[in-house]
Amino acid sequence: MTTDTPTSYARERDGAHPPLNYEPYKSTALRHPKQPLIYLPQTVTEITGPQLGALRTLGEFADDLTRQHDGEPIGERIVVSGHVYDTEGKPLAGTLVEVWQANAAGRYLHRWDRWPAPLDPNFSGAGRCVTDAEGRYSFTTIQPGPYPWGNHYNAWRPAHIHFSLLGRAFAQRLITQMYFPGDPFFEFDPIFNSVRDAKARERMISRFSIEDTVPSWAAAYHFDIYLRGPGATPFEEAH
Amino acid sequence: MIFGTTPSQTVGPFFAIGLPWESGSLAVADGTPGAIRISGTVYDGRGEPVPDHLLETWQADPSGRFADMHGYGGASELPGFSGFARCGAEEGDGTFEIVTVKPGPVPGPSGTMQAPHIDVSVFARGMLNRCVTRIYFADEPEANAADPVLSTVPEERRGTLLAQPADGGYRFDIHLQGPDETVFFAV
Repeated sequence: MTTDTPTSYARERDGAHPPLNYEPYKSTALRHPKQPLIYLPQTVTEITGPQLGALRTLGEFADDLTRQHDGEPIGERIVVSGHVYDTEGKPLAGTLVEVWQANAAGRYLHRWDRWPAPLDPNFSGAGRCVTDAEGRYSFTTIQPGPYPWGNHYNAWRPAHIHFSLLGRAFAQRLITQMYFPGDPFFEFDPIFNSVRDAKARERMISRFSIEDTVPSWAAAYHFDIYLRGPGATPFEEAH
Repeated sequence: MIFGTTPSQTVGPFFAIGLPWESGSLAVADGTPGAIRISGTVYDGRGEPVPDHLLETWQADPSGRFADMHGYGGASELPGFSGFARCGAEEGDGTFEIVTVKPGPVPGPSGTMQAPHIDVSVFARGMLNRCVTRIYFADEPEANAADPVLSTVPEERRGTLLAQPADGGYRFDIHLQGPDETVFFAV
């Protein structure tokens, strides 16, 4: 058999991801398992995964959130681009990247978002693209605004864009948030700080890129995403 | 490991503007012979439904093949089979329903065979990372008894992984916490 993807994925060390139970983020209290997770050997079910690219990127301007309506959305036009790699630095080609975000005023086009900031009739806030042969993705969008939420007194989310990655395998599935450099709300945000390792937190912050900034058009931010890389053995033994 | 992984963050309450799509809960083409519905509710630690959850499933077809085998053997030949379903309504009530076919057995570690199962990811506001579980089928007692993963689960908790036949389909409730807490796995 020939294979083009790993036969197992590296187990992640504790702290690579936020804990499911994180007291400062109050909604975790009733929504985290209290029993220990059970070790799942990586079988064919976990090392394969859906490849939804063609299905999910149909439609013009899926990757340009500023052109999905008749008019242009209000706000600061930006380009957000980067690569999807595994932790060995190998690019993941042909993998689906899905994003969603608030508008320039910090309001989502969602019936449950009730905070009094204006909706923008020219901005839906969702985009999709598939990485190219070098693992590269790119979106054109509007700089999302920060917004208040009910977690604690005077709680505000730093501006962010939600990213959903399927990778090549069920084991690589990741949903994260991309932040912008120097956000003054970082130190007060329990979701950002739920990642306890400062270096790991930095991996969620995009960097401003003057090289990618389009003259007289759009500021650019660069955001590389690292999904789990190969493990050591073809099939892990059950522990 | 050369690079650290990008950390997970919560899917938040507003994912419905970007992630679900109209036929996303269909893992098979509409009208596929033998299609089944698997439905259930995701509950929090108070026993309340979790209205803003996102659920994804991944599975083999009845012959044990996935839609994309990545070169590990032949891919599914079942027309219209994706093996992937995603549920998450804009104004959810905590329930989900996928339409699929019952998977066949697939290989497990060390030459074992796994009982028919479906991998499940649960995401929600208030969950900083996904929780992974598996749907097994209560009407497969022999295959379940020989399954290399189920055998590692404490016997008194195995029932949380069994979808029960109901209304011509199956019912599979997920309890994030509480006395009936579902078994979740580290992948």
